[in-house]
Amino acid sequence: MAKRIEASNVTAYYGGFKAIENINLTVEPKTVTALIGPSGCGKSTFLRSINRMHEVLPGARVEGSLTIDGQDIYDRDVDVTAVRRMIGMVFQRPNPFPTMSIYENVVAGLRLNGVRRKSILDEAAEKALRSANLWDEVKDRLGKPGAGLSGGQQQRLCIARTIAVEPQVVLMDEPCSALDPISTLAIEDLMFQLKDKFTIIIVTHNMQQAARVSDRTAFFSIEKTGDPGRLIEYDNTQKIFSNPSVKKTEDYITGRFG
Amino acid sequence: MTTTVTSHRTRPPAQPPTLRARRLPKYVAPAIALAALLVAAAIVYGAGIGGPVLVVVIGALLYLGALYVAANVVEGRRSARNRTWSALIHSAFVLAVLPLASVVWTLVSKGLERFDANFFLTSMNNIGARDPEGGAYHAIVGTLLQVGIAALITVPLGILCAIYVVEYGRGKFAFAIRFFVDVMTGIPSIVAGLFILAFWVLIVSPYFNDGRPGFSGFAAALALSVLMLPTVVRSTEEMLRLVPAPLREGAYALGVPKWKTILRIVLPTALPGIVTGVMLAIARAAGETAPVLLVAGGGAAINFNPFENNQSSLALFVYQQAGDASRYAPARAWTAALTLVALVLILTIAAKLLARRNRLGR
Repeated sequence: MAKRIEASNVTAYYGGFKAIENINLTVEPKTVTALIGPSGCGKSTFLRSINRMHEVLPGARVEGSLTIDGQDIYDRDVDVTAVRRMIGMVFQRPNPFPTMSIYENVVAGLRLNGVRRKSILDEAAEKALRSANLWDEVKDRLGKPGAGLSGGQQQRLCIARTIAVEPQVVLMDEPCSALDPISTLAIEDLMFQLKDKFTIIIVTHNMQQAARVSDRTAFFSIEKTGDPGRLIEYDNTQKIFSNPSVKKTEDYITGRFG
Repeated sequence: MTTTVTSHRTRPPAQPPTLRARRLPKYVAPAIALAALLVAAAIVYGAGIGGPVLVVVIGALLYLGALYVAANVVEGRRSARNRTWSALIHSAFVLAVLPLASVVWTLVSKGLERFDANFFLTSMNNIGARDPEGGAYHAIVGTLLQVGIAALITVPLGILCAIYVVEYGRGKFAFAIRFFVDVMTGIPSIVAGLFILAFWVLIVSPYFNDGRPGFSGFAAALALSVLMLPTVVRSTEEMLRLVPAPLREGAYALGVPKWKTILRIVLPTALPGIVTGVMLAIARAAGETAPVLLVAGGGAAINFNPFENNQSSLALFVYQQAGDASRYAPARAWTAALTLVALVLILTIAAKLLARRNRLGR
């Protein structure tokens, strides 16, 4: 069910500004891959180009090829919405839909894509909430507004919403940066469980988190402000954190820069 | 209240030795107010220079001065200034509310005289200058029909226009639309009336009306639409821009197409604000006299058909009755004005309640 992602020579622009240049990277199915690096190095840009969210901003475009199990998602006749259904995304700040209840939030992806049968929706909602470790906390108040949950619960609600449409890949853009350590732990535990079914790519500023949750780690960096971000090193997480082969990676990880 | 601080004035402000300070007892401020009013009354009536308004004004000034002095002596400079500014801000609020209260009071007190069944169930048909009866039934019907039609035209058009400008419009065309909507906001209502008179009543409608110009409630609705459209577009635009981008992205990331995101996520989120904007536009349109006078012509009889013959409206009714020579007309004008305000108020409350029902958090 999970799929392999291959990026070759991916370059992304915001208008005239080149944000990332020539990223080559392969993500294996059913693994957690962490993208780390200093601010502004293009981790998020690269992440957003994987499910074609980058182009939502006016003037933004992507060059190069990104394939998921061999299919180029930037092909001319690819349906963007199909790509995004296959590759879900969790954002930095929890963004539940404020007009919807908890239940409606979880099934929003299904419902807005045309699923109407109540039995299917109910089943999907329970399954997604259970996978997101949120079911026990909200099962008695599914009709209450999603915005009334705590920050950590909201983020797990957003994860439930994302996995309810059964994507193959889940992208996470600093999903824990707005959360306290306990909620962070809950989401990290969740990632371990989700790994069985999904390919996960996570952007994080927290290197302990990258070391804890990921199988492989990609280190991005920039030469100086205004330069495009590049992939410096990509290897098994253990290798990156114990014995990186590039000096710059070591400097970043040991806190000497960034 | 044992405290070592005598006054902040005598000590350097950098290091207050204790956090507690002496406070004026609670009864002091009201007592000063009462004393100020009594002194002011004594001055004003003793010198015979004015009435109760002057008493309040002089009393307020005396109160401010006395309060400052009292607070300064007991509590120190900073507290005294704080009290003075608080009092000034509260007075500003009272000054701002005063005209509103006055309008409501005038409307209710003068409008209740003819607030009876006859007023709401009869028109002005066959009512002469010596008849005390006569009502605004025809005008209420006219206002509801005209504003209703205008709303039917402008609400969909305005919301779609705002969606285009915010969600789809790029470049010069969207800029031009925004610019012309801004220009439209400034159109005086009489100009909108003249435009519809020239364009619709005199040029287009004769084709449907055996060659005669067709004054009608529909023409009035068109003129009101010209006035309502920019308000609806601008307020909807602002509300759509307030919907956070992460909500849209959240929906896109679920594979929801853009049009569905707008329809099911963006619009519901912005709905309460959009409703407020629409109600503002409706309130403005319902109060317009000039365009209705120009293109619907007014009239004394009940006319349920907005597409044929003259129609009146409440604002026009107020204008006509206020200028009428009959001694019974002013009372009708006041009641009609009260009715108009009540109508807009009821519509606004109803719309707000409806918009709230769609939101969660019951």
